[in-house]
Amino acid sequence: MNGATSTEGPLWEVFVRSRRGLSHTHAGSLHAPDATMALRNARDLYTRRGEGVSIWVVPATAVIASSPDEKDPFFDPAADKAYRHPTFYEIPEGVKHL
Amino acid sequence: MTTAQATDTVDQQADFDAVVSAEGRIEPRDWMPDAYRATLVRQIAQHAHSEIIGMQPEANWITRAPSLRRKAILMAKVQDEAGHGLYLYGAAETLDVDRGELLDKLHAGRQRYSSIFNYPTLTWADVGAIGWLVDGAAITNQVPLCRCSYGPYARAMVRICKEESFHQRQGYELLHALSHGTPAQHAMAQDAVDRWWWPSLMMFGPPDDESSHSEQSMAWRIKRHSNDELRQRFVDICVPQAESLGLALPDPDLRWNEERGTHDFGEIDWSEFQQVLRGNGPCNEQRLDQRRTAHENGAWVREAAAAHAAKHSARTSDDAVSGTATGEGAMAG
Amino acid sequence: MFLTGRAADAAVALGDDALVLSHRLGEWAGHAPMLEEEVALANIALDLLGQARFLYSLAGDEDELAYLREERAFRNAQLVERPNGDFASTIARQLYFSSYQELLYTELASAEGELAPLAAKAVKEVAYHRDHAVQWTLRLGDGTAESSRRMQAALTDLWRYTGELFDPVEGLPVDTAALREPWLASVSAVVRQATLTLPDGPDRSGWTAGGGRHGIHTEAFGRMIAEMQHLHRAHPGATW
Repeated sequence: MNGATSTEGPLWEVFVRSRRGLSHTHAGSLHAPDATMALRNARDLYTRRGEGVSIWVVPATAVIASSPDEKDPFFDPAADKAYRHPTFYEIPEGVKHL
Repeated sequence: MTTAQATDTVDQQADFDAVVSAEGRIEPRDWMPDAYRATLVRQIAQHAHSEIIGMQPEANWITRAPSLRRKAILMAKVQDEAGHGLYLYGAAETLDVDRGELLDKLHAGRQRYSSIFNYPTLTWADVGAIGWLVDGAAITNQVPLCRCSYGPYARAMVRICKEESFHQRQGYELLHALSHGTPAQHAMAQDAVDRWWWPSLMMFGPPDDESSHSEQSMAWRIKRHSNDELRQRFVDICVPQAESLGLALPDPDLRWNEERGTHDFGEIDWSEFQQVLRGNGPCNEQRLDQRRTAHENGAWVREAAAAHAAKHSARTSDDAVSGTATGEGAMAG
Repeated sequence: MFLTGRAADAAVALGDDALVLSHRLGEWAGHAPMLEEEVALANIALDLLGQARFLYSLAGDEDELAYLREERAFRNAQLVERPNGDFASTIARQLYFSSYQELLYTELASAEGELAPLAAKAVKEVAYHRDHAVQWTLRLGDGTAESSRRMQAALTDLWRYTGELFDPVEGLPVDTAALREPWLASVSAVVRQATLTLPDGPDRSGWTAGGGRHGIHTEAFGRMIAEMQHLHRAHPGATW
């Protein structure tokens, strides 16, 4: 992500909630001079076909991302802990509501 | 480079290759070969520029659209093109380039846009021909890009393809109305198809044996089909569509080849393509001029917005000291 | 089925405002000062075009009304036909007009009559248009020296087209004169916040005062509708 302020103004990441009850998801990015205009530009650009009921805009520079170099220590340790998933457990046949 | 770094690069290259060949997606912060990055920047920028320059030939008719319904459709379509340009510049910016830089390169003639937009829109029927043929060719090119190995580009293309299907249909409907209208309207439609057919076929790029970037792009899963394959697919799609429009495609050699199961078609005039590419098309200068002028005329507006933002954020930090937030973009969600 | 008489005239007059302003905004396509603004201006133009089509549909055939009337038959206020000028002029026109339209539609939505449903829907669109104009007025007014100068010049230049907005529109169940005070209050608040001053010259010009509502337009309007209508008129009776 490039957060540089060029002649185009700072870059903003846009998150849109498509329906009440769902989370905001990343829709894309845009340029705007400030947060107020970023919200409006996001409304015009990312919801012109009725795609959203709520919008977040975040300065691209404010996004802190995990590094791909650390992906092994970050994510591999979670892969072998099958006991976190319900399918790990055997339940006698006929037992309900479990 | 130290030996350790060299080993790193080898591992990274292996990881990259494994993801790509397993039909995975490369994401912005992943390691990628420099040439892959450069190819993507070049291609995505060219694609974005095409959307933005591509607004012009159609916007040429917004003020003259012959019915209010058509006027609304055309405005919405040209607006979509601006939107698609923005999605694509956004995808390019994930590769550590800045939109301002890309626009500067476009304005300086150092990055290209699709040559098709250097042809003029002479009549209202051209709006229909662009929708049917130019957008049709673009969609044929773009659908495979939805599976491109670079995640942000693929995602932008999914969004664009979804929105573009209306573009092609409105063009077809427009031509259909003309073709089945008065004799003058029919003639207008035929004339437009006569002028746009061959340039549309050129949109797929040079023949496979002369295409310089194809092979590597295919290996990287940026490109999925060869230029000639896509061109053939497009011709086969268009022939029955033209029949139902009641319009002729301007190619005496166009006929069904039973043996190959596709249509044969005539020789493309590649010298014209080269001329337009070199800047000698009918509208090359006009298109770039308008884009540059809009950008230059807008400079004071962009500067004003930046100046206002600087003052405003200075005030906001003062306010923050006293405990009041004035920003409207709070993430209260 | 259609409105008739003065009720129809009122629908057409408001439709003319919306169509003409939409057309002017459409002229920005490909010329906007930043790409995001291409999308924003087109959204406003499309809202207005939608309003025009609905209003015309109450009074007759939308294309006959838009394409086959002569210049003198149009009833739009002169403000909306003013050429785009620079971005500041377009924003000043938007600020003046959307502030008026928001007040007008709000009144209309609560008045009895066939225009109430349209007004209720359109008032939301227009509130957004006004917000867009306000945001830009603030940025241009309180931006750089150049932008401030341009914004002030635009507000001053268009001021003399604002008085007409508060003349009565035949057949409209709204006391338009009563809108002037709240309009002035809301516009001057924005202008003040933008560190600019509200013009103090006359708000109407000479003998064309209130002209638009009576079919007297500016020279630029004739060229605008000549361009808008020529293709439709060149093929009489054709469908598109």
